[in-house]
Amino acid sequence: MKLITAVIKPQKLDDVKAALRAIGVKGITVSEVSGVGRQGGHVEVYRGAEYPIDLLQKIRFEILADSKDVQPIIDAIVKSAATGQIGDGKIWVTAVEEVVRVRTGERGSAAI
Amino acid sequence: MELDAGNTAWVLASSALVLLMTPGLALFYGGMVRAKSALNMMMMSMVTIGIVSVLWVIYGFKLAFGYEANSQWYGSISLSGLGDAVGELTNNGGVYPIPLLVFAVFQLMFAIITPALISGAIADRAKFLSWGVFVAIWVTLVYFPVAHWVFSFGNKDGDTVTGAGFLASRGVQDFAGGTAVHINAGAAALALAIILGRRIGWQKSPMRPHSLPLVLLGAALLWFGWFGFNAGSALAADGIAALAFINTQVATAGALLGWILVEKIRDGHFSSLGAASGAVAGLVAITPACAFVAPWAAVVIGFIAGGICALAVGLKYRFGFDDSLDVVGVHLVGGVIGSLAIGFFGSSAVNSLGANGLFYGGGATLLGKQALGVALVASYSFIATLIIGFLIEKTIGFRVSSDKELGGVDLSEHAESAYEMGGILKGGR
Repeated sequence: MKLITAVIKPQKLDDVKAALRAIGVKGITVSEVSGVGRQGGHVEVYRGAEYPIDLLQKIRFEILADSKDVQPIIDAIVKSAATGQIGDGKIWVTAVEEVVRVRTGERGSAAI
Repeated sequence: MELDAGNTAWVLASSALVLLMTPGLALFYGGMVRAKSALNMMMMSMVTIGIVSVLWVIYGFKLAFGYEANSQWYGSISLSGLGDAVGELTNNGGVYPIPLLVFAVFQLMFAIITPALISGAIADRAKFLSWGVFVAIWVTLVYFPVAHWVFSFGNKDGDTVTGAGFLASRGVQDFAGGTAVHINAGAAALALAIILGRRIGWQKSPMRPHSLPLVLLGAALLWFGWFGFNAGSALAADGIAALAFINTQVATAGALLGWILVEKIRDGHFSSLGAASGAVAGLVAITPACAFVAPWAAVVIGFIAGGICALAVGLKYRFGFDDSLDVVGVHLVGGVIGSLAIGFFGSSAVNSLGANGLFYGGGATLLGKQALGVALVASYSFIATLIIGFLIEKTIGFRVSSDKELGGVDLSEHAESAYEMGGILKGGR
């Protein structure tokens, strides 16, 4: 079992959700996050004073998946979230030791 | 003279309009600070309504507009609590057919907003109790006397005028408070910004306005209320009120455009904060001049004021004083522009009580008088405020501890948060 974490541009939220639904992904967790990467920040100007805003808003997806489903999910996210511009985000995959469904107590793959 | 119902109704309505400016100011200022000190910013205005209203009834009105002392510098010292004003008509350099109590409540609203304007200079870092003490002392020693200098034309009985103010009796023109309100508040703001010092992280961390929609709403309420401020100052529903009313509208429009054009050229964008700030700068600049200039001149004055104030708000970075919400750049600079503009654009053809300025063949006489008013009010307010602020700082302290400042004065001074959802990642902290 794996945890797929993807950080994407906020305006790609709906596209990524639709792409994941299209390949049968049932459960996702989405959060609003802030961060800085190669894209850097932007500058805002108030009454002529420039403020560099280095933390940018991003959307973080977290998806639990069977190992065999990881590659299609990554492909779907890359395809739907890419704009070709700097700041499109990142995807990383981590191993998961155990998953438990709270309602039934089911464990492992059955709980995904 | 008989009481005039139409005039009385207009000044009553104007008084309510001017009151609304102070809660409007609370929104204008409150939206400009970070979320952690929004309530404190608004409360500084709200408590000023409370303090000044009470002092006004007890002794403030008499100190500003009394004539019994026959002094150019203050009205009269009396604790009559306005009991002797009931049933009287207004007499301010002549009798007006409106009750003295209507004049008193109209002028009260000016006395409220003037100290409230100062609060923008000390955002995010003042002890609330010390602010309240400051307001009480400042209106007593600065606003009430200065209002007498500028607005009190004395008690006229036959040909005898008693107790006219120093500037008013010298023909210095200030229709609705360019000197007494805006230069007064702006110079005091500079003094308090110096006394309290810069905020922690000033010019390093981004101190963005937390809600520009609140700023725009506040600016809109100020604009709305300002019709009472300026057109109500005619103390009558007449042609002078009409002139002041339209000039207020078109000068503000000109200033809004002037400010955002400067921003577009200098920074590349038309900002909403610039539109709101430009409108206020225009309102400030036309305040002294609104009944003395033609409407086309009001547009010019507004446009110039908007452009210059947009540049003047950068002065604090050059000189290193943290006038947080640009009270100096907008109110002091805008007030000076408007007061001096009368010396150029003033025309006795539009108002028989006015005088001709430089552009109407009046020479530099009026401009000289206007400069006297500007210099006297600005220097008195600046020095007196420095002394008052210094004494408060040395006795009860004026600034909160750095822990409280970093955590937010809403929490330390009021035990409240403006927004339950304000978090680290939303720029709230």
